[in-house]
Amino acid sequence: MTGHAAPADPAKVESVFREVYGQAVATLIRVCGDITLAEDAVQDAFVAATDRWRRDGIPPNPAGWIVTTARNRAIDQHRRSTRGREFERDAADESGLNSELSAGGREGNGAVTDDQLRLIFICCHPALRTEHQVALTLRLLGGLSVEEIARGFLVTETAMAKRLGRAKYKIKAARIPYRVPVKSDLPHRLRPVLSVIYLIYNAGTDELDERAPLRQEAIRLTRALASLMSGEPEVAGLLALLLLNESRVPARSGDGSIVLLRDQDRTMWDQRMIDEGHAIVRACIDNNESGPYQLQAAIQAVHCSAETFEVTDWPQILTLYDHLFSVMPSAVVALNRAIAVSEADGPVAGLVALDAISPDLVKYHLLHAARATALRRLGRIDEARDAYATAADLATVAADRDHLLLQIRALDGGET
Amino acid sequence: MSQYLLSTYGSQGEPSAEPPPPEAMQAMMERTIALEAEMDAAGTFVFGGHLHGPDATTVVRSGDAEVVMTDGPFVESKEHIAGFYIINAEDLDAALAWAARVTECIGRPIEVRPFAGSGRVIDHPPSP
Repeated sequence: MTGHAAPADPAKVESVFREVYGQAVATLIRVCGDITLAEDAVQDAFVAATDRWRRDGIPPNPAGWIVTTARNRAIDQHRRSTRGREFERDAADESGLNSELSAGGREGNGAVTDDQLRLIFICCHPALRTEHQVALTLRLLGGLSVEEIARGFLVTETAMAKRLGRAKYKIKAARIPYRVPVKSDLPHRLRPVLSVIYLIYNAGTDELDERAPLRQEAIRLTRALASLMSGEPEVAGLLALLLLNESRVPARSGDGSIVLLRDQDRTMWDQRMIDEGHAIVRACIDNNESGPYQLQAAIQAVHCSAETFEVTDWPQILTLYDHLFSVMPSAVVALNRAIAVSEADGPVAGLVALDAISPDLVKYHLLHAARATALRRLGRIDEARDAYATAADLATVAADRDHLLLQIRALDGGET
Repeated sequence: MSQYLLSTYGSQGEPSAEPPPPEAMQAMMERTIALEAEMDAAGTFVFGGHLHGPDATTVVRSGDAEVVMTDGPFVESKEHIAGFYIINAEDLDAALAWAARVTECIGRPIEVRPFAGSGRVIDHPPSP
């Protein structure tokens, strides 16, 4: 490419930065062996790119441009230090980097893809606490600003900056290695990676509009992971689960209030995401190496294939929940199973199942909401009202509380 | 190569529910001896030991005029370090793998803490 391309649109430049951030930081950490130095170098490269690209346009290989520029900055920084020479020699070994980058970036093989995997595994190392894993993943891989992450998790920017600082301190002080785990460690090392991504997605569902970036980032990360680890069925399972959940988001809120699955306008669901999710679930079933994310995806796949709430294949969903509970016996899975019992075998059976698990979930608003729904279907209106009121008291998200109070008003309206 | 402190804690006052039967104790000793031999062979073992209880502890501190001694541990706490290993390890994953072996062996949690520097200060001055 020669001559002068058209000046780049600032918004486009911004989106390219977001796209290449994780890749650039991942590579620079390998080159300079330090997360903070890597972040600074990439930031410097972005500043240089902002000037240059707005004038000359975005280069054909923006990721390569950023990495090369950042690496040169990092080398400049280090020249002044005592380790300078040694560092320069190490960096010279990276000369193959540009060709790797232009050869295919994210999908390409070799060092670049390995760098991103290494970074995912360092961010989600089991020696770090979950809130630190989440913050690091969004900052280093997602390129979200400290302020954006703080907003997503309802803490101040200062508190989030401190959290990131502590996490990076531990990585450095305790020498958490920058390495893809060996095959035998993968099952227990992959688990926190997947749960961090799912947690990021779920944090994004508390406020559907405002926190859409968290959900998008979770899906983008899972896609990247799925292409880097195509042999891991649970990664594919998580991707399908996120796509199928996300497909229903357009129908989930009306005027800022929650619309339940049974009341959603199913024509608003994103059919393209559903098709992709279904295809992955089918491949997982063929592959026959089941796991918790694949099972949850299969359950959502059944929901997404039903044209109406009434024709949902509840017996199939119940079977899948039984299977899920056998591999993941959590109280929340038991609750969802009991709700499926209510739909498959009727509200009487549902109440029995709900009462059996209520001691574990007495403080969880969705247990009381599920009881209220079953009681309402049985015509036990006073008990239903009490259960909705308990649920509303326990709900922590305003939209959930509003929705439950609305149910009480609907009951009272229905009575008079 | 870095060094890590692998420590295990005991509780004071709380008598352990049931002292393990002698056969179990014997088996644990044998496992520990075998593990320590393995650590030696791998060049991991630096030093280690089992400590007396906090009642045997004395704190020494420099006051204005003289050095003062007090009976008992520095931090009054129910939990206290009961024993430790100092090991050489390439990185945290390697240290955690040894810690996993130790906890399997003795059936108690192990705290893994990296040394910022070890040996004589002249060899490893603390970084500012």
